[in-house]
Amino acid sequence: MAVQPIRKPTRLEPWQDPGQTPYVRIEKVTKAFGDFVAVDDVSLSIYRGEFFALLGGSGSGKTTLLRMLAGFETPTEGKIFIDGVDMAGIPPYERPVNMMFQSYALFPHMTVEQNVAFGLKQDNVAKTEIRERVGAMLDLVQLGRFAKRKPHQLSGGQRQRVALARSLVKRPKLLLLDEPLGALDKRLREQTQFELVNIQEKLGVTFIVVTHDQEEAMTMSSRIAVMNHGVIAQTGTPTEIYEYPQSRFVAEFIGSVNMFEGRVVEDQSDHVLIRSEDAGCDLYINHAVAVPSGATVGVAVRPEKIALSKEPPAGADGRNVATGIVREIAYLGDVSIYLVELKTGKTVRVTAPNLVRRTEMPITWDDEVYLTWRPFAGVVLAQ
Amino acid sequence: MINRLRRIGLWGRGAVLAVPFLWLLLFFLVPFLIVFGISLSESVIAQPPYAPLVQWLVDEDAGTTKLQLLLNLSNYLRLGGDDLYVLAYLNSVKIALITTVFCLLIGYPMAYAIARAEPAKRGPLMMLVVLPFWTSFLIRIYAWIGILKANGVIDNLLRWTGLTTEPFELLYSDWAVYIGMTYCYLPFMVLPLYATLEKMDPTLLEAAADLGCRPWKAFLTVTLPLSLPGIIAGSLLVFIPSVGEFVTPELLGGPDTLMIGRVLWNEFFANRDWPVASAVAIALLLFLVVPIMIFQHVQGREAEAGR
Repeated sequence: MAVQPIRKPTRLEPWQDPGQTPYVRIEKVTKAFGDFVAVDDVSLSIYRGEFFALLGGSGSGKTTLLRMLAGFETPTEGKIFIDGVDMAGIPPYERPVNMMFQSYALFPHMTVEQNVAFGLKQDNVAKTEIRERVGAMLDLVQLGRFAKRKPHQLSGGQRQRVALARSLVKRPKLLLLDEPLGALDKRLREQTQFELVNIQEKLGVTFIVVTHDQEEAMTMSSRIAVMNHGVIAQTGTPTEIYEYPQSRFVAEFIGSVNMFEGRVVEDQSDHVLIRSEDAGCDLYINHAVAVPSGATVGVAVRPEKIALSKEPPAGADGRNVATGIVREIAYLGDVSIYLVELKTGKTVRVTAPNLVRRTEMPITWDDEVYLTWRPFAGVVLAQ
Repeated sequence: MINRLRRIGLWGRGAVLAVPFLWLLLFFLVPFLIVFGISLSESVIAQPPYAPLVQWLVDEDAGTTKLQLLLNLSNYLRLGGDDLYVLAYLNSVKIALITTVFCLLIGYPMAYAIARAEPAKRGPLMMLVVLPFWTSFLIRIYAWIGILKANGVIDNLLRWTGLTTEPFELLYSDWAVYIGMTYCYLPFMVLPLYATLEKMDPTLLEAAADLGCRPWKAFLTVTLPLSLPGIIAGSLLVFIPSVGEFVTPELLGGPDTLMIGRVLWNEFFANRDWPVASAVAIALLLFLVVPIMIFQHVQGREAEAGR
């Protein structure tokens, strides 16, 4: 499947540039705990300055992979290189990485200041320099006023920032973050997402962040690796992952999606036509697929790419047009979610921005509606 | 309605508190006051062997009756004046301190190992620590006599390996007392230490390692300070009863192993001087109030930090 992401061609991204050497190289790494294989033959290259997200559900192996980078777990097979150095046999305290723990793991018997200074003290940094760097770091995370407090006297958000300051103060080239925003409430999480990105850009540190939250991964990262059962399902930029998922798992894991089953009836270099019983119409997609004619495939269409209308769309040729009855409407303020039952019995999810007030909306329960989408909306996924 | 409920609630709370309160009143405060009273009276050859504190004096000439309260402080003065008592107190403290240090040195690695063992193994291991409590304390001490005496287990072992040719007897020495008391009080050290070490979040050590701290230094800067409440609690649980220990030094110690518990026993049973024995007991109690208060303070602070 020829996938060309829509992105501004400003400069060559490091992962597209063959001249770049990756900062972190994970080569065929497997980690088994007894019979359970947590990470299964994973290979990844991460470049300097990236904000890289490992995204997956619980048990997908993302945290195990992160812990192997930090040195808390040893790969059963495979190699990990950081800055070209093989990490095999190098204990955590000698690795050029720092980690921000999901539980923050702040030392409860030390003040905020002592927590942040801890890493510098291990390197025998001069006292005056420690004081300067700790002060600067606390200012960066806006915690200067809380320097003398103990962790239990801080709120969750403040603790999170102490943990961040502590892991950044040693100026690591690579920072590992395990669910950094997991313990924060929604509002604080959104705000902190942008703060993290700002700090990352300001310091130029490579971030690898583990998260189960697709929205978090989408907002913050330059690239995402979606993990499932210890395997990387897809690696790509947020746009690539969202617009061009390579598997049903990725399509369904990131955002919501409508899946139509169908048979390829026409496969040309510039388009493909799929006859779908599910949709009750032919699906026309403006890219080619490399599957034999007659093969059964799935077509993923995102809910926001479908338009609803009560009138039959003008110039419709029966392709990418389905009809159905509105069964449910969920009003979310900015958008509404419509569940439309097609004539074929399949329920399709459509989201539409609320351009007019709720009371003035033309489409309501039990209306018969037309669903249309453009040729670029669908993504063909092989079985 | 709310008022009635509140009243019931208050009453209920009072009832719950009353049980330990009554218990302490009956079995601690009353005996304490009796002992305190005896310590202020005079020794007499009678039954009971001390003079009553309060007496009715009937003056037949004047036809009046007087209530007389006699407080005799000489028992306490004797404690300060006689070297025997001062030495016994000091020696008791020395033996208790050494016992505490031994218990700590042996108990800490034990507690640490158990706390770091697989969760399924921790229960059985802790069981082994408290298992000795299932047999009588006296029997266990007698068993040590068999181990420590000349021609006993240790002696035979040393001679079998050829390390000594002469009979080697540990029994009836201060060392036998240290061994016996360390053995007795070890579980009291292990239990609170295990409780604090087990509670400790293992990711703190990972965080320390991640920040460049070597394992041994991480132990000193993270594990040790965080287990301090357990160290203090365990040390006091060992130290406080050790000071007044009687049975172990009596059975394992030599005739010159001077401890306040033995002095007390002698005053009470051999000399039948109840007032002096009581004064010894009261002085010991006052002496131990300080470490007990430290213990209380630490526990309170720990409870606060745990919240």
